[in-house]
Amino acid sequence: MSKNNNDEPIVKIRGLRFAHGARVIFDGVDIDIPRGKITSIMGPSGTGKTTLLKLIGGQLQPTAGSVVVDGEDVNKISRDALFRLRKRMSLLFQTGALFTDLTVFENVAFPLREHTRLPESILRDLVLMKLQAVGLRGARDLLPAELSGGMARRVALARAIALDPMMIMYDEPFTGQDPITVGVIMQLIRMLNDTLGLTSIIVSHDVHELTMICDHMYMISGGKVMGHGTPDDMAHSESGWVRQFMAGLPDGPVPFHYPAPDYADDLLAGA
Amino acid sequence: MMGWLQRLGSTSLSVFERLGRGNLFLLRVLAALPSLVARPGLVIAQLYSVGVLSMMLIVISGLNVGMVLGLQGYNTLVDFGSEESLGQLVALSLVRELGPVVAALLFAGRAGSALTAEIGLMKATEQLSGMEMMAVDPLKRVIAPRFVAGIISMPLLAAMFSAVGVLGGFFVGVGLLGVDSGAFWSQMQSKVDLYDDILNGVIKSVVFGCVAAWIAVFEGYDAVPNTEGVSRATTRTVVHTAFAVLGLDFILTALMFGDE
Amino acid sequence: MMQKRTMEIGVGVFVAAGIAALIMLAMKVSNLAAFTNQQGYEVTARFDNIGGLKERSAVTVAGVRIGRVKSIVFDDKDYEAVVTMNIESQHDRLPADTSASILTAGLLGEQYVALEPGGDEAFLKPGGDIKLTQSAIILEKMVGQFLFDKAAGGDGKKEEGAAP
Repeated sequence: MSKNNNDEPIVKIRGLRFAHGARVIFDGVDIDIPRGKITSIMGPSGTGKTTLLKLIGGQLQPTAGSVVVDGEDVNKISRDALFRLRKRMSLLFQTGALFTDLTVFENVAFPLREHTRLPESILRDLVLMKLQAVGLRGARDLLPAELSGGMARRVALARAIALDPMMIMYDEPFTGQDPITVGVIMQLIRMLNDTLGLTSIIVSHDVHELTMICDHMYMISGGKVMGHGTPDDMAHSESGWVRQFMAGLPDGPVPFHYPAPDYADDLLAGA
Repeated sequence: MMGWLQRLGSTSLSVFERLGRGNLFLLRVLAALPSLVARPGLVIAQLYSVGVLSMMLIVISGLNVGMVLGLQGYNTLVDFGSEESLGQLVALSLVRELGPVVAALLFAGRAGSALTAEIGLMKATEQLSGMEMMAVDPLKRVIAPRFVAGIISMPLLAAMFSAVGVLGGFFVGVGLLGVDSGAFWSQMQSKVDLYDDILNGVIKSVVFGCVAAWIAVFEGYDAVPNTEGVSRATTRTVVHTAFAVLGLDFILTALMFGDE
Repeated sequence: MMQKRTMEIGVGVFVAAGIAALIMLAMKVSNLAAFTNQQGYEVTARFDNIGGLKERSAVTVAGVRIGRVKSIVFDDKDYEAVVTMNIESQHDRLPADTSASILTAGLLGEQYVALEPGGDEAFLKPGGDIKLTQSAIILEKMVGQFLFDKAAGGDGKKEEGAAP
């Protein structure tokens, strides 16, 4: 584990603070994403997991702290440099975010057309290779509206790897999918990570699936990192938070009730 | 009283805030325009959905407006025995006012609302965000081509509206009501001035095109990214464009034709 | 690819139709035709009163338009209006003693300059000056004159009646 460059985490987040209006979403978060591994970031709904990915991608500006991706601070570099950096990372949106007016083929070809000047024949081969990797070479002429949710995500995945990035971020890749699709996506994430030498970041709250595929886990709640380690470490964590989340208990350190004034007082106040 | 003042204050603040955001947005779009030189295909594709698909509506409306002008104008002019001036009346009304204004209003309803809805839905479905993460600037790739297509389409559509309207007036006046064909055209040509009337009409339609395209793309880009937000934004596009066009029309008319 | 083709054809039709409409407005609806042969020569005329004459009003001979008013300026030495007219170059045989008057088309129509050729052998030169001019007829003045004459005539009659 102590090879010179590969030892350096690909994403280094230090002292990250981010507030949306008056609502503090992150309050001093430190995260290291190791290179070449699958790291998952877990947390209850509404903890700003998607926000975290947007912060890594430089789409949002943190209130304080730094986000360093592959040695570059995404909030300090110029817009051009940020765009160059973004060509090396992909974000897979929860919905897929496919362009609805383009076919599957053109969706996957989009980043290639925008960023390269490849001849049409080479471009076609590249797109078909990417589609083959996600098993949808036969669906190339369909429009996004004709795809199922799982297929749309696979197309989005093919598009995400079109430029051979160094890192893919997955936003809730399993949510709302049937078990077969979940299995397919899990296999794809693992396969792409290992064969293409990628780094993967998965944001999700599907504990079961994550423990099966990821190498490292982070757990965020209430704007702080509650714990991190391998899936094994996490399952046997000392922390009440982590145990509640991993086991899916309804009440515990994460309260069932949204913070509110005393129930009886509240009822009387309306009288 | 205080509540009323507070509402007035908060409304004004939000109006100015929107105006400021709209202007900043316009500057960013203008800065993105040079990148289009390398990719004219993007503009052509938008010209199709903005211009070509509005053409039929504009032509039919123009024909109708021209025919009605011919009929109503004739009924008024014939009382003064000056029905030969029908050509002048139809042409001046269309070229100076109705062409640019009505074409802009129809444009807002047909193309502007579609632009807003399209951009708003792209935002709601994270397509714009996705594009940004693919290191593609949506302002350059999505907004700027639509903005330019709107600006190019508007004067062409307004010219079509006026030209077809004149023909409509001609059909009704000369064909149905028996105005002399030669008098119709010669009266028109002697009183319609290339610079004062036609060119000013074209300038109006260019201004309206800029405003309508700006409002449409801004509302789309600024829409709250959900179903309700997009539907509100679409409505706002039509309403704001109508107000802006009518207000600007008064100002432009006063500047152009006020000193006669 | 087929879709792209139809789209491009559609855009081509749209742009062509738009430009055709603009050309039609310029050529057929407006007075562009009058601009095309603006190469002519200029003559000036001085009027005491030009009434409602404007720049670009018509200049006619025998009711046929042969040019347009190019500019109207006020000469503050002679307190006169100097009207510069642009006459089409093919009408270069106007006699030097041509007279100009400002008339009204119809009762309430536009005012224009009517040129009346004289009998001189020499022709008006470019930049020449029309000596004989008749100012615009101002309706208010005419009405005033008429009322004055009427009143004066009435008095005359009364005197006539009283005399015998």
